[in-house]
Amino acid sequence: MAGSPEPAASRTSTAGVLLAPADVARVVDRMAHQLIEKAGEQLPDLVLVGIPTRGAPLARRLAARVAAFSGTAVDVGTVDITLYRDDLRMRGVRALEDTVLPAQGIDGRLVVLVDDVLFSGRSVRAALDALRDLGRPRTVQLAVLVDRGHRELPIRADYVGKNVPTSRAQQVRVHLAETDGTDEVLVTEEGSRA
Amino acid sequence: MKRHLLEAADLDRADATLVLDTAAQIDQALAGREVKKLPTLRGRTVVNLFYEDSTRTRISFELAAKRLSADVINFSAKGSSVSKGESLKDTALTLEAMGADAIVVRHSASGAPHRLANWVRGSVVNAGDGTHEHPTQALLDAYTIRHRLGRLDGVRVAIVGDVLHSRVARSNVWLLTTLGAEVTLVAPPTLLPVGVGSWPVGVSYDLDAVLPKADAVMMLRVQAERMNASFFPSAREYSRRYGLDARRMAALPDEAIVMHPGPMNRGMEIAADVADSVRSTIVEQVGNGVSVRMAVLYLLLGGSTR
Amino acid sequence: MTYLIKGARVLGGDPADLLLADGRIAAIGDRLSATGATVVDAGGLVALPGLVDLHTHLREPGREDAETVETGSRAAALGGFTAVHAMANTDPVADTAGVVEQVWRLGRQAGLVDVVPVGAVTVGLRGERLAELGAMADSAARVRVFSDDGHCVADPALMRRALEYVKALDGVVAQHAEEPRLTAGAQMNEGHRSARLGLTGWPAAAEEAVIARDVLLAQHVGARLHVCHVSTAGSVEILRWAKSRGVQVTAEVTPHHLLLTEACAETYDPVFKVNPPLRTDADVEALRAGLADGTIDAVATDHAPHAVEDKESEWAQARPGMLGLEQALSIVVETLVEPGLLDWAGVADRMSVRPAAIGRLDGRGLQAHGRPLAPGEPANLLLLDPAARATVDPAALASRSRNSPYAGRELPGRVVATFLRGVPTVLDGKAVR
Ligand SMILES: [Zn+2]
Repeated sequence: MAGSPEPAASRTSTAGVLLAPADVARVVDRMAHQLIEKAGEQLPDLVLVGIPTRGAPLARRLAARVAAFSGTAVDVGTVDITLYRDDLRMRGVRALEDTVLPAQGIDGRLVVLVDDVLFSGRSVRAALDALRDLGRPRTVQLAVLVDRGHRELPIRADYVGKNVPTSRAQQVRVHLAETDGTDEVLVTEEGSRA
Repeated sequence: MKRHLLEAADLDRADATLVLDTAAQIDQALAGREVKKLPTLRGRTVVNLFYEDSTRTRISFELAAKRLSADVINFSAKGSSVSKGESLKDTALTLEAMGADAIVVRHSASGAPHRLANWVRGSVVNAGDGTHEHPTQALLDAYTIRHRLGRLDGVRVAIVGDVLHSRVARSNVWLLTTLGAEVTLVAPPTLLPVGVGSWPVGVSYDLDAVLPKADAVMMLRVQAERMNASFFPSAREYSRRYGLDARRMAALPDEAIVMHPGPMNRGMEIAADVADSVRSTIVEQVGNGVSVRMAVLYLLLGGSTR
Repeated sequence: MTYLIKGARVLGGDPADLLLADGRIAAIGDRLSATGATVVDAGGLVALPGLVDLHTHLREPGREDAETVETGSRAAALGGFTAVHAMANTDPVADTAGVVEQVWRLGRQAGLVDVVPVGAVTVGLRGERLAELGAMADSAARVRVFSDDGHCVADPALMRRALEYVKALDGVVAQHAEEPRLTAGAQMNEGHRSARLGLTGWPAAAEEAVIARDVLLAQHVGARLHVCHVSTAGSVEILRWAKSRGVQVTAEVTPHHLLLTEACAETYDPVFKVNPPLRTDADVEALRAGLADGTIDAVATDHAPHAVEDKESEWAQARPGMLGLEQALSIVVETLVEPGLLDWAGVADRMSVRPAAIGRLDGRGLQAHGRPLAPGEPANLLLLDPAARATVDPAALASRSRNSPYAGRELPGRVVATFLRGVPTVLDGKAVR
């Protein structure tokens, strides 16, 4: 196979744009408003912890928008969940990413985990396990840009940018300017790839 | 990554960098934590198969495996079937039947881990084989240099002492040059292997000439008994010509570090005040060993089983 | 029993028929016929004189789990040999008339090749005092080659005496040239590979120094010297120099030193561990050239069977040695005949005529070896299919051991038949028993 690029015509995928760049910005703004509203008095205790890869820039964006709308600076962190996954055998090794928490830590605070897509819920479970090893937050909530359904664990999001009913055969791809050069959310049909 | 880590040459530059980066991430993830444990290798079995006594290396691997939640079995030559004349192959097949996912092996015979790798399906990690290699020691040395000096590319490393009998030196030669460091071996000619000229390193018999141009000096353990085989005339003459004392340390550039894989012969290859100086990374190396070995175990075992 | 071999190319020449009767070659010619003779179709096959090995370890008595005189004889016959010299490092050591006669008798019983015992030079191979060389020479085994092989006769005074003493026996000392103080703990050729692999080096100088010493001693006392398993380019140079000065020195090279190099050690598979060790490409080239120009007289197998547990281990723990009898001729074809360094007459010379002369097997009578393929000579010969190629499968070897370094390697040449005194020991590529 080496050296022979896959002919484009053989792919059976069709991509549909779910959110365009302007939509992404609007959705993030709305989520920021919801965070401010729900946190209320506790806004200064809020820590937005992104799950790499795309949860991390998303958390930073949310924090910036929260600060802009509320005038309150909120802490941001990232937690790499690779070493907490229970499906390493299926996925194979990959390079670890940063785990960075605010200097004051997360004990007694309102931690909101931030991820791009909520699917099976396994990433969130791994993130909860990681958080448990990192401190003892008062409350942990979850914010996702897209909820596509098909949960395998009893996990739900507190803040959802967009609910997208999908089939298992479909793929939801989130692109962010920081990681992919542009903001967009695509749904692709990709044959047998699950 | 290959399935086994048998020698430094199993790691190309990308893989070696991945190990060091992973170790750094693990260090960072565990820094300041009370519970230094990750669930990553839950349900996996790591066997420490030690045919040579080396408490420090065994404990380091044991800690690394346990911090990743693997089950650890210590199988040492003393007090087990290993000492009753069971062949390496039979031991390998036994461990295979027990479902060992990784075998960490220390052996007095060069190449024993290579042999073992032919007989088991799990990963084999060389924890020191004869006078051949000790790749995780080289990884932790590289990690220590990068951590202290901020880089490896272009770093000038002098490896001083009994290169001929040193598996640490061999692994460092290959790993450090893979990572872009400039290595110079310094030893009396009797303690350099014939054929060293084909290695990608500089060779010097004169420690004083090398020290002012070294960013890191790695002192190797020299056994005094070597003088009985006329590798050098006396311990005193050795330490006078190749030992690192305070006077020689002063010739190093300001930022240069002093390393030793341990265990040290204080007063022989390294003076006590040098070993305890701020330049010394000796204690740090031990701690880094755990992180690097966690990274190795994660990268070898974390993935899908082939 | 008479055999009529049809259409064989004697020493690679034009096809001819050979009639074998009463243990001798009765006739060679065109379109021979003989009533009652068994006809062997040898179209396309090369006829060579039966091969003579100067260096075989048959392991009996002592390590019958690794090889016996019978299994080793069968392996030899399959390799085209009609005579093998059985080395003395058995248990007990072949250092008395009793032991050499035992080995000789076992060889007669097996009846597949002539087993010619080698006698130890020193008692117990210990290198301290001479064994009863005369008693072994006078025994039924008629020992002419003496060797402590496996050990070097390192003491120069003892070596001098041995060289002198065997002159009276028309004997020769076959030296395993290895200065033991330079090879303590040695595992492989000393050089850049041993340095990297962390295996203690066996320097070429440890062989060359002993050969240099011994050719000077042989010259000084006017004795015959034979050098076992020459492995380095430097040794070839010393031998060339000694021969040019008229020293009565002969030398052998093994098939494995003609083909394999130290690179094999990189696997740490002890099947490649041998003493002297596999050397460099340059050494292999010099050995081939030395054999081609006659500086090296003979190919000798150093066939060294080892039980599985002595080889399936760590490199350092494994015993040195490799099988050779069954593939020796194929390797000579591959390394010398096919590249054009040696013709078939040359093969006959280095693998039959000269080794027989060194071992004094080339006399008159039916017991002789290394004689020309001519009417009236003993019918010791082999038929080779030089075009056949096959992959070596250790499990299919006749040797009781499996330590073939050629496993999985495709080699040219197949011994189709071997005759010992007119009686087939191998037919259709299979041992007759
Ligand atoms: Zn020998």
